[in-house]
Parts: sequence; structure tokens; C-alpha cells
Amino acid sequence: MEWIQNPWPWYVSGPLIALVMFVLLFVGKQFGMSSNLRTACSIGGAGQVSDFFKFDWKKERWNLIVVLGAAIGGFLASNFMSDNTVEINPEISEKLETYGIKSSGEAYLPTEIFSNESLSDPKIILILIVGGFLVGFGARYAGGCTSGHAISGLSNLQLPSLIAVIGFFIGGLVMINFIYPLIF
Amino acid sequence: MKTLIYLIIGIFFGIVMYKSEAASWFRIYEMFEFGAFHMYGIIGSALVIGVVGVQIIKRNKVKALGGQEMALKPKAMSVSRYIIGGILFGLGWALAGACPGPMYVLAGAGYASILIVIFGALLGTFVYGLLKNKLPH
Repeated sequence: MEWIQNPWPWYVSGPLIALVMFVLLFVGKQFGMSSNLRTACSIGGAGQVSDFFKFDWKKERWNLIVVLGAAIGGFLASNFMSDNTVEINPEISEKLETYGIKSSGEAYLPTEIFSNESLSDPKIILILIVGGFLVGFGARYAGGCTSGHAISGLSNLQLPSLIAVIGFFIGGLVMINFIYPLIF
Repeated sequence: MKTLIYLIIGIFFGIVMYKSEAASWFRIYEMFEFGAFHMYGIIGSALVIGVVGVQIIKRNKVKALGGQEMALKPKAMSVSRYIIGGILFGLGWALAGACPGPMYVLAGAGYASILIVIFGALLGTFVYGLLKNKLPH
């Protein structure tokens, strides 16, 4: 049963993600995780201030069920199927240490950012909120996130998705090469 | 019944995200540093199967359950919205080290801090809705 505890290799994980996409297509839906954020805003009454949130969110309930499942999956995997550490390329670990992030190989998420103790640092809270904000804003502006564009859209050979994915990488590379040295 | 199917799809997806380490901040950072093939292998292998599968579906006009059309509508063409939106998303993806799917997975795994990221993402979505008509698309 060691394969359950060990990290799953890319050639297992990638095809399983494709499988999720095809099962959703088969039941008439499209794989896309960020649309839930819009649905949640609608449920919270955001339709009163913007037409963008005025739609029949009940039709999107299926996607919220998928999200609930994803959270349950995360609970099961972290509690019963993992030692919750991630080994990365040692050279990258060393580079992270120069930023003061020394928990690679010992944790699933860097404790310097994600531990409850780190929340006493206003800078960390700002990083978490701004990071989330950009993900939410950017995903809706671009009309999709990693699942909607990089997986579903590119699988359907959509040029808009290719442009969006190029944008994802420009943004990511700018963040780690130019902004990380300023904030860490 | 349908609810149960969606729940099972979600649980399966959550386990795959967590076990593939695609939900790990470290793997996202490593990907943007081009430090390992892992993340590229995940996305690449999903894509190879995805492209072939979608072509098979389209050429054979395969219908979804109940005879409805597959949700494979082409996306409206534009450059500005995809590139600007994409860059903003990428900045956030690398800063928070999580995209929307893994955020929910990590919340389930018990990382309280990710709730702040999700709150930020909801706020970002809300502000986009407010500004939508003023932004170039």
C-alpha cells in the first residue's frame, strides 16, 4: 500500500485529471473551478450591485457540490493517505532558504506563510489576501483558471485559452523573479 | 443521485490534487522556477489525453448523458482580456501558491490560512463584477 502514501507521479495524476474532465463532459458539464467564486458572490447577494452576479445560480449548484467533494477529498488525502511533506528539487529548496522559507521537505505548505502562528504577521496576511484577490479577479477577467483554460480550453484547442495560459506564466514568472525578492 | 455523482467527482478530484502535490505551494514555486518536470508532466499528460479525447468526441459527435450537447462551446476571441486577466491570475497563483481548485482542497485538509486566500479570491471576483464594464475586454 506504499503507493497510496507516496506522492503520485505526474503520469498517474495527469491522466486522472483528464478523466475528471471527461466524466464532467459526459454528464453535460464543463470542468472549471473558479466559476464557483462568482456563484458564491451571487448567493451572497452581489446581484444587487452588479449585473455580472445576476444569473440563476441554482443551475450552478452542481459545481458547488464538486467543491464540497474537493474539500472532502483534501481531508481524506491529508489525514489518511499522506505524510504531508513535499520533496522538491534541492536547488530550489536552497533558493527558498535565501528567502527565509526553510520548511521545504518538511511540510505540504510552507509553515513560514501558512502556519497559524504566521498569521500574527500583517505582511503574511497581506500576501494571502492579495494573492487570493489576484487569483479571483484575474480568473474572472480571463474567463477561467487553470482547470478552465489550461486543461479544458487547451484540450479543445482554444486560442483564447492559449493566450490566457501564456498570461498565467508571464504573471507567475514576474512574481517569483521580480516581486519575491522585494517581499521575502 | 446526480448530487452524489458530483460529490464523488469532487472527492476524487480533491484526492488527485492533494496526492499529485499540485495543491502544494512548493510545487507551484518549483514550476515557475522550471526546477522540475513534475507540474509540466501533470498538465502535459492531462492535455495530450484531453486533446485526443475531445477530438474523438467531436468527430464522432458523442453526446453527453441524456442526449444533450457536450459543453465544448468555443470561447469568444479577444486578446486583451485573456492576456491581462491571465497575467493578473498568474501573479496571484505564484504569490498564494494556489489556484482555485487546490484552495478548496487545502481548506478541507485543514489549513486555516487558506480561508484568507479564499476570502481574497471572493473579494477579487466581486470587485471584477463591479469594474467589468469599465475594463478592456
